[in-house]
Amino acid sequence: MDVIETISIARDSLLSNRMRSLLTMLGVIIGVAAVIMLVSIGEGARKYIQKELGELGSNILVVVPGKTAKEGGMHMGTSAVRKLLYSDALLIEKRSSNVLHAVPVIVGTSWIKHAGKSRDTYVVGVNEDYFDIRNLKIAVGRGINTSDVDSSRRVCVLGTTVKDEVLGEANPLGASVTIGDSKYRVIGVMQKKGVALGFDIDDVVFIPTTTSKELFDTDRLFNITIKIKSPDVILDAKKDIKDILIKKHANKEDFTILSQDEMIAVMGKILNIMTSVLAGIAAISLIVGGIGIMNIMLVSVRERTREIGIRKALGAKNRDILFQFLVEAVTLSILGGICGTIVGGSLSLIIPYFIEFLPTELVWWAIILSFFFSAAVGVFFGVYPARKASLLHPIVALRYE
Amino acid sequence: MLIRLIDIKKSYSLPKVTIDVLRGINLEVSGGEFVAIMGRSGSGKSTLLNVIGCLDRLTSGSYFFMDIDVSLKTDNELAELRNRQIGFVFQNFNLLPRLNAWKNVEIPLIYSGVSAKERKGLSMEMLERVGLLDRADHKPSELSGGEQQRVAIARALVNRPVIVLADEPTGNLDTRSNHEIMDIFGKLNKEGVTIIIVTHEEDIASKTQRTITIKDGVCFSGCY
Repeated sequence: MDVIETISIARDSLLSNRMRSLLTMLGVIIGVAAVIMLVSIGEGARKYIQKELGELGSNILVVVPGKTAKEGGMHMGTSAVRKLLYSDALLIEKRSSNVLHAVPVIVGTSWIKHAGKSRDTYVVGVNEDYFDIRNLKIAVGRGINTSDVDSSRRVCVLGTTVKDEVLGEANPLGASVTIGDSKYRVIGVMQKKGVALGFDIDDVVFIPTTTSKELFDTDRLFNITIKIKSPDVILDAKKDIKDILIKKHANKEDFTILSQDEMIAVMGKILNIMTSVLAGIAAISLIVGGIGIMNIMLVSVRERTREIGIRKALGAKNRDILFQFLVEAVTLSILGGICGTIVGGSLSLIIPYFIEFLPTELVWWAIILSFFFSAAVGVFFGVYPARKASLLHPIVALRYE
Repeated sequence: MLIRLIDIKKSYSLPKVTIDVLRGINLEVSGGEFVAIMGRSGSGKSTLLNVIGCLDRLTSGSYFFMDIDVSLKTDNELAELRNRQIGFVFQNFNLLPRLNAWKNVEIPLIYSGVSAKERKGLSMEMLERVGLLDRADHKPSELSGGEQQRVAIARALVNRPVIVLADEPTGNLDTRSNHEIMDIFGKLNKEGVTIIIVTHEEDIASKTQRTITIKDGVCFSGCY
């Protein structure tokens, strides 16, 4: 008996029970669609984080105060055991040949006021190198330069959110704003950057580090942002920084060096695990769909016991009956797989338009994998009912009412 | 000799009892015969027909079909034998309700590997022989009982078997259809096809050449 004939018998029988076939397929459709969607969301999140972190500059090491146990972890504020000092940054830049720039960063919050309007925001003290390192662009005016830092000038560069809130439509350049108790001159406005990893980069005010030391009356740094010469020297640079700081801090390692690339790698790993777990859970629903197929095939075998008897009497071999029912089960699962792929794929493409914070990335391997998995589910759960059908005794089957 | 049964026995084991349906039957049928098997219900005549049709296996004894020892054959070989050499006609027609007349007729051809194109031609030819060419696209539910049985006969004949086995083929039909069916069998037999009909109607049996009577699983008369 040829393949085309087997398929056409399966088609006829599935079409004669349209509603039932559809409902059975629904199990597989939901399973496949879920796998594809969840993998797309996971992959989208990974790409998104990579992009966002990449935009914050490359070849960057960040030294934060305090020792954390693991490398590449997230730095959660300044709960320092020991201070990281302004002079530490200068020393690193001076001593390590693998370091291009070492920027002492001081962060605090303060009110910024202008003509009756005010906003409580982050004030970040940086030097002239910081903008380049972090890929921050100035839209209007200029950034902070060396002489601003050297002479602790009271100048500031505003993020767009701060500018809009405090200055409104007024010309920002040369405007005078009050930060803390002192007057600052606005020398520039940042280009709009938007929210990255939940942090609004536009809601900050940059001032020279030296000035911020005075403003917050502290020597304590939020971090030292370091640009290294190339990705190849990342390990050497880390060693340099470690040696320099340990020596300066009385042989204590009371700081942590974070590498952005390591962070990206670690987050990517976490997201991969998350994606696999989610896809695994979705795959369980695919198996449940397979059980649905098995269930309906068992019903079908029972219903068509007479048909099986007739076919056997007319010369069908066990093999023919086996294939007939197996092909039926596999057709159900493959059709379900195709529909599920279409549904899952379209949903993955549509989601970002409706849920803005949920980027998706359609992954071809997820499509292929879930498709083959659904076919395998059909074979696996179809074999038992098909075998049951094929082993029916012709006389018993013919007498079945 | 087309069919040779030597002391065949068939019993069914139920959970509590074993029922001996056939209790030692010796029977020979040669090619071209037109035979009726008679007996009361429960006498074992249907079981005997199933055994002859290679649908059921023996508990003991030997069965030679076309000088082949059937007990040595595998299930698949028996399926092939049924497919090519034996045509079945059942009391309740046993057509597949989802398929139309010619699709029902072509089923044996599917299992003997005939191409789809040829199948349709051969099926139509058979339907013409039983006078139902104009009903080829009708489903069984759209046909009368007599017509359904003629479709079933066309199906039994489509692979040109040496023997046709009919189990109460007229049991569910009116008198007029009875005659039609028996006429078809008569014509077939003249063309050289061996026919065995199980029946409990004297009327039907009288139209055959030889009547075998089965009583309580043994041969009462006609088994030489």
